[in-house]
Amino acid sequence: MKRTLRPSFWPAAVFFVLAAAFGPLFDSFWLSLLTLVFFYAFMGLSWNLMMSAGLLSLGHALFLGLGAYAAAVLTASTGISPWLSIPAGAVIAALAGSAIAWIGGRFSVRGVQFAVLTIAFSELTRVLFDNWDLVGGTGGFFLKAINPDTNRPLVTLRGGPLYFYFAFLVITAAAYFVIQLLMTSRWGFRWRGINEDEDAARALGVPALRSKVLVVAISAGLAGLGGGLFGLMQGSLFPDSVMRLQLSIEILIAPIIGGIGSPFGSIVGAFFVVPLMEFSNTLSQRIGYYGLNTLIYGVVILGIIAFLPDGIWPRILRYMNLIRAA
Amino acid sequence: MATLYLNVIAGGILIGIVYALIALGLTIIFGVMRIVNFAHGEMVVIGMYVGYGLWSVTKIPPWMIAPAAALVLFVLGYALQRAIVNSFIDRPQHSQFILFISFALIITGLHLVFFGPDPRPIGMIESMQSYAIGPLHLDVVRSQAALMALAFVAALILFLQQSTFGRSIRAAADNLIGARVIGIRVHTVYSVTAGIGMGCAGAAGTLVAPIFDTQPFLATDFTLIAFIIVIVGGLGSLTGALLGGVLIGLSEALAALTISPALKTVFSYALLALVLVWRPNGLFGEQER
Repeated sequence: MKRTLRPSFWPAAVFFVLAAAFGPLFDSFWLSLLTLVFFYAFMGLSWNLMMSAGLLSLGHALFLGLGAYAAAVLTASTGISPWLSIPAGAVIAALAGSAIAWIGGRFSVRGVQFAVLTIAFSELTRVLFDNWDLVGGTGGFFLKAINPDTNRPLVTLRGGPLYFYFAFLVITAAAYFVIQLLMTSRWGFRWRGINEDEDAARALGVPALRSKVLVVAISAGLAGLGGGLFGLMQGSLFPDSVMRLQLSIEILIAPIIGGIGSPFGSIVGAFFVVPLMEFSNTLSQRIGYYGLNTLIYGVVILGIIAFLPDGIWPRILRYMNLIRAA
Repeated sequence: MATLYLNVIAGGILIGIVYALIALGLTIIFGVMRIVNFAHGEMVVIGMYVGYGLWSVTKIPPWMIAPAAALVLFVLGYALQRAIVNSFIDRPQHSQFILFISFALIITGLHLVFFGPDPRPIGMIESMQSYAIGPLHLDVVRSQAALMALAFVAALILFLQQSTFGRSIRAAADNLIGARVIGIRVHTVYSVTAGIGMGCAGAAGTLVAPIFDTQPFLATDFTLIAFIIVIVGGLGSLTGALLGGVLIGLSEALAALTISPALKTVFSYALLALVLVWRPNGLFGEQER
């Protein structure tokens, strides 16, 4: 294992502890911004996990959406605790992911074709949800508002800005450490082997199909978990908001901009991308030019990918001399 | 009933030919550079605005404007390739992907800033007319668009088959190192190819401007349609793009008629998934080496 890819465990732990300690000091604007940051960081970690096995997902909104709908619909219609419905959503998303990975692996759909396969399943499901009455169709699915006075966040898993800040911080930290462990496990090496050269990895005895199904199942399960929590936070779900292609693309911008070589890159990317989106939206509203936000966002992304080809985080590490210049 | 089906099939084939032109642009770029233009639909929308703009000033029917749009997009594609994309040729795929996503965002942003989000319909007398051939009624606008698209396709194939530059493009696509060895300037070939690919998108955009009302957010739909066609037909295959375009146009039209217009894309995605499972490299793509 190359040291260079793995900044040690402690700086990340310190970062998460500091983020938790400062949480109560933020006002609600910063809390909701940072909640969104951790949401995208979490989704980026999940997306990046699949990328570690060379599988480009352009349909991550599918897993997010399945998790969100499962958690919201199960909780609202059967009254079961979100402590059960969110994991149920994660399992459903993981099963969907496994199915896609199995189809892709079994019929050797690779590269761009695999990416388009993920779009196909994601868009298929979105259109089906649009026309499925049980989940509200295009009209959307709404959760009953909670009473902030009697609500207990640890029972309903819903609450105010501070609660959701901590919720997303905790799952991001957990996902980060789990992924670090996975990447140094036997499976992590198998995934990286498949990413480098699938045929060579197979020749060395890597069970490629099983490895791929596993990595997509974990990645999709994580996305389903984050989606479940996101659904409870939004309170309203529409296929065209939680399953749309644009969301899948928004999810992968942060990890690539941050640097896909390391899980922490996804978190750094989210800390850059989400405030950038927020800033350009506000600026565009102030000036009153609809579309200016998209333009600014695009120009900045273009600048970063042109000048920092490996992403932001590897460049920061290089400045701090933590990894040797390539 | 049979007449209805006949007319729907004819309409599907006509729009499919225009889709084929869009897909042809995507596939030629991929075939030569192994780069996927994720901003292809945005290029189509630029073509739509060129068509809309010139039509509203001059009232020349859009199918006659298409060559102008092709020229505009050729220059844009060439310049983008020269200035930026050429330096991304050897970058990893995710890097190229983000590059084109940023192009897509910038183009959509510019469209929104200059033209706003409102749809801009082109109202012509021809939109209401059709050619009657026995029981068959062919929509005038769609027929003109399909004929013009066919003319572009024919010109492109002639160029690739007959001209020296067309041959060097095919040489670079077949064997990059060999092409370098015999003295082909690969970066020029790339830039011209990008120009041609995006020119196809622009021309097709002008052709569809009277059929779909011009609007910035149509871009994603066009990118997706082009993707489906190209993957179904086989990435990099010209025949695949042409037949795939007609196939998808046909399947959309039939799905809209027999199931429901809202579910017409489902049909295309299902078709895509089936083709990928059956032949992972598409109907006309190179199979496993």
